[in-house]
Amino acid sequence: MPLNREQIAMRIAQEVESGFVVNLGIGIPSLVANYVPASKNVMFQSENGLLGVGPFPSESEVDPDLINAGKQTVTALPGASYFSSADSFAMIRGGHVNLTILGAMEVDETGSIANWMIPGKMVKGMGGAMDLVAGARKVIVAMQHTDKDGGSKLRTRCTLPLTGINCINKVVSDYGVFDVTPEGFVLLEYAPDLTAEKVLAATEGKCKVAPNCKPMNLG
Amino acid sequence: MSKVVANAMEACRDVKDGMTLVVGGFGLCGIPENSILALRELGPKNLTIASNNAGVDDWGLGLLLQSRQIKKMISSYVGENALFEKLFMSGELEVELAPQGTLAERIRAGGAGIPAFFTPTGVGTKVAEGKEVREFNGRQYVMEKGIMGDFAFVKAWKGDKFGNLIYRKTARNFNPMCATAGKITVAEVEELVEVGELDPDQVHTPGVFVQRIFQGTNYQKRIEQRTVRK
Repeated sequence: MPLNREQIAMRIAQEVESGFVVNLGIGIPSLVANYVPASKNVMFQSENGLLGVGPFPSESEVDPDLINAGKQTVTALPGASYFSSADSFAMIRGGHVNLTILGAMEVDETGSIANWMIPGKMVKGMGGAMDLVAGARKVIVAMQHTDKDGGSKLRTRCTLPLTGINCINKVVSDYGVFDVTPEGFVLLEYAPDLTAEKVLAATEGKCKVAPNCKPMNLG
Repeated sequence: MSKVVANAMEACRDVKDGMTLVVGGFGLCGIPENSILALRELGPKNLTIASNNAGVDDWGLGLLLQSRQIKKMISSYVGENALFEKLFMSGELEVELAPQGTLAERIRAGGAGIPAFFTPTGVGTKVAEGKEVREFNGRQYVMEKGIMGDFAFVKAWKGDKFGNLIYRKTARNFNPMCATAGKITVAEVEELVEVGELDPDQVHTPGVFVQRIFQGTNYQKRIEQRTVRK
């Protein structure tokens, strides 16, 4: 069985280092915060203008002036700061955010990502995703490995309109963990119930198996 | 000359057809609710509006979509609004999508007298099509232009009669940049105080950027995604 959403988030949480400032996208990435231990002292950034995002509020703490980039009500932790969206993207574009984790519809072997638009469907807009992939020091993508027909979403070249080129560092899919290198994808770990061969067979883009490739440890 | 006006209707009285407006807020957080309602009442048409979002169907800038007062939106994300989709698909509404950080910086630049700047955001994507791309220190950057409005509308928590503004929590968002980018900037505040009552160290927007200010009424502060811990 490939990983479920929570397991993808669990695995990505292992990539979050102590003291990091991290921006989480909506969907699977937003679950990552649940699996990062408080002992790592990670600060989560929300691009509307909050560094130090806390848990969701209790009913009595709900404040319409305090939301995250997904427009959900949140709280702020001790040490938090509020700032303008221009300052927020100075942090992001200026390389002051250690890591961004975001979802994707497609990624490719050259490190490009597509996650904001499907031609012919309603265009909702890119929000902050293009700035995040262009500016964060490290970009990790959380995604499903295949589409509903079994087609690989880790492609030779993205077919959808791009969010950014040559910008992603790592992919964690329900099938495995991949580094993105100048030579294409490198499979580092595969889902416990799969094999490296099965993952390669489901991957369209150029992909090598790392010498020390192993099953994922979600513990 | 006093900057204080009685209400939103007076503050918005001379917004004309075809003008460009820069409007603060993120989602429905920190939006100038009173000014938007007054614009709906006064009815200027063919407006170009730069604002991160377009409200929802029945609140925020969505109200001006309902009344067909908007010709063009410059936004980063418009996914919360079904009417927006309908008007866009039928060609009644023009849309220029800009990455959120690029939009914030374009408004900041406009207000700061910077006509254009280079950003790494969007290089190699649709956003860069037709724009100058230049290399600095081995990396590609795309040129984006500053945005100025005939009017800017912002919402702050507290303000004084000179126009000094203090925002609250994440309701700050785009408001400080928007405040700098209007030929006439209209600030609405929850609490209007006398000059001297705000601590200068706490002021986020210096009053020089604000031409009109009033104390708003009946703030709804709608929440789009009320999410609570169990």
